[in-house]
Amino acid sequence: MQKIPKTPKCYVGGAFVRSESGRVAPLTDYAGNFFANIPRCGAKDLRNAVQAAAKAGAGWAKRTPYNRAQILYRLAEMIESRSAELAAAVSDRGSPDLQSITEVSATISRIVYFAGWADKYEQVLGSVNPVSSPHFNFTLTEPVGIVGVLAPENAPLLGLLTLILPIITSGNSVVALASRSRPYPAILLGEMLATSDLPGGVVNLLTGERKDLLATFATHQHIRAIAAVADHADATALEQGAAESLKRVKILSPQTDWFSPKHDSVWPIRDFTEAKTVWHPIGS
Amino acid sequence: MPAKKSTRPAARELLFGDLWEYDPSPESAPAFIEPRYGLFINGRFIAPKTRKYFDSISPRNEEKLAEIALAGAADVDAAYQAAATAFISWRKLPGAERGKYLFRIARLLQDRAREFAVAETLDGGKPITESRDFDLPMAAAHFFYHAGWADKLDHLAPGRALVPLGAIGQVIPWNFPLLMLAWKIAPALATGNTVVLKPAETTSITALKFASILLDAGLPPGVVNIVTGAAETGAAVVNHPLAAKIAFTGSTAVGKIIRHSLAGSAKRLTLELGGKAANIVFDDAPLDQAVEGIVNGIFFNQGHVCCAGARLLVQENVARDLTARLKRRLATLRVGDPLDKNTDIGAINSKQQLAKIQQLVQSGIDEGAEIHQPACKLPAKGFYFPPTLFSGVAQSHRIATEEIFGPVLSILTFRTPEEAIEKANNTPFGLSAGVWTDKGSKILMMASKLKAGVVWANTYHKFDPSSPFGGYKQSGFGREGGKHGLLDYAELV
Repeated sequence: MQKIPKTPKCYVGGAFVRSESGRVAPLTDYAGNFFANIPRCGAKDLRNAVQAAAKAGAGWAKRTPYNRAQILYRLAEMIESRSAELAAAVSDRGSPDLQSITEVSATISRIVYFAGWADKYEQVLGSVNPVSSPHFNFTLTEPVGIVGVLAPENAPLLGLLTLILPIITSGNSVVALASRSRPYPAILLGEMLATSDLPGGVVNLLTGERKDLLATFATHQHIRAIAAVADHADATALEQGAAESLKRVKILSPQTDWFSPKHDSVWPIRDFTEAKTVWHPIGS
Repeated sequence: MPAKKSTRPAARELLFGDLWEYDPSPESAPAFIEPRYGLFINGRFIAPKTRKYFDSISPRNEEKLAEIALAGAADVDAAYQAAATAFISWRKLPGAERGKYLFRIARLLQDRAREFAVAETLDGGKPITESRDFDLPMAAAHFFYHAGWADKLDHLAPGRALVPLGAIGQVIPWNFPLLMLAWKIAPALATGNTVVLKPAETTSITALKFASILLDAGLPPGVVNIVTGAAETGAAVVNHPLAAKIAFTGSTAVGKIIRHSLAGSAKRLTLELGGKAANIVFDDAPLDQAVEGIVNGIFFNQGHVCCAGARLLVQENVARDLTARLKRRLATLRVGDPLDKNTDIGAINSKQQLAKIQQLVQSGIDEGAEIHQPACKLPAKGFYFPPTLFSGVAQSHRIATEEIFGPVLSILTFRTPEEAIEKANNTPFGLSAGVWTDKGSKILMMASKLKAGVVWANTYHKFDPSSPFGGYKQSGFGREGGKHGLLDYAELV
């Protein structure tokens, strides 16, 4: 019987969409045979995704930390149950291999790791400040808002989620561009996100050419921060473009080892938060 | 329900107006300002390679105070070479030893606080009472606070060690010359970095006097270098290849230029930029207390404060009452010689700044807001501007959107907390905000919804070395003060 191949779609605002550009790029398997058409998103798709992220962002930020933690944990459960399929996508070979199985299991561990931070990071990053006046003074974190993510080419699943997880843990929403050469794991990730209880629009996944979207990522006023794996040229373009809106830009090297346990840390969460300090008088 | 009419007669008040003059009460301590200052590089005062000097005048009477060296690119390079060389041994010094230098600096600054306060007032124009009671104690406190961190950095970042960055370029503004120097230098040194600092061109004197404290403290040469000059010198500091990080406090426009010029350089950057803070007064607030907070919020330091409460948002049903109280309070403010201890509002820092304030105030009048200025005599010489209120201000007015950086308050009204939040956040800035209400839960609700890095509840313009300061959105990124500020001066490995 004839197989029914899947049409890959981007995951935006909780829905599966094709690119409004009407353009696709053919994806081949390891043997060079046609596998599927991947949407080639344009600036309009990115703006739509930012709109979806803006709509979902306030609600996600308002969820209780415990609730965010459980939703992230639920994502790990969803991926675990489809890990063989995901490993096959990561390997580009149609079947899992040792490296892709390792990448999927490392990804699941990292999701669980950050799930556990959601209701704790504030106790590490915040502070009560001993000021020399009769005031109760405390500093707490708030999500910056919408964060743009430019994923690496290596470790297409683990790299992408290592960037996304600390960002959403604190209540930000994400618009991410998947690996250009290996976008298929991100397509599957979208399907798993859709079943994970994560509200639609909190994570939006686009595919396509980075050069089509880089300038819009950098200059879009509503994107408040960027986490990008970028070479010198891309980093320069992003930081130039980000100057007018003064968005925060975090650049990671394309040589980053995504398997390193250094990524399991509270400090990447801090990179996408604002510190707010409140002064309140203490009566006498 | 109709508003309750007060049946009490208006309380009688004593308003003396111009019935008699205050006796002058000038601060008489000497400021010990040299006639000419060189650049402070590698632990010595040296003549600039440009051989050029510029005059520093006092905004209180436009008289020349000193000649200041103009640092060119070669001078800035020498400063960075010194800072990079000093970094090799400074970073290796045990934290406890670094801390001792900082403690010593704090103590020496306290010893000479009066002299420095007079110099600050002469050079910058702020009232002597503010230099004496705010700038100097706070600057010393910053060094003292950070001194104690130098050997405790292991406690800052669980799971990570702090590694210093290197030579750091720091560019500071003219509104709190010595205090901004302290905010910049203290955390940089505590974390093991070295510094090239450029003060603002109109207010270099206390930074150069501070160099003598560094010498007295025996700080190793090159750990702190001070180069003076204007925008070109600043650009040289920002763009020098040896700079590991740039820390800038100043206008949002210049912050964006710096962001552009550092793009792709891998230098770190923290920016503390402009603001247009909302000071929000609810109808249940203690109004007299709020009036004091509003006055402090906008007229402190002539309004030359990035976090000034420049937009007063007042709940509609108390707007008339509050505005009347404000006008009465304004009539008692004394504008004049900043060296006089009775002065509330001193001199505007420079002629350019005065022109900018005048221009924006004119735009307020032209756009249809209602201006109120108390009658007050301004000194004949020097740069002065009377305290100014605008009522009937619309959100689109320039005086409601642009940073004026002067003693000018725009009054807007709101009906509901939602409207107050909407209006308060309707700005590209996000540095600070004030909330005045008797209800604790309302304070916390407002504080959580205001997009601002610092929220003052039933108070305004409070600062402390342990309290992180910095903005959201186009007010910049990074924090200064507290453990948050230290983290921005180190790499976490």
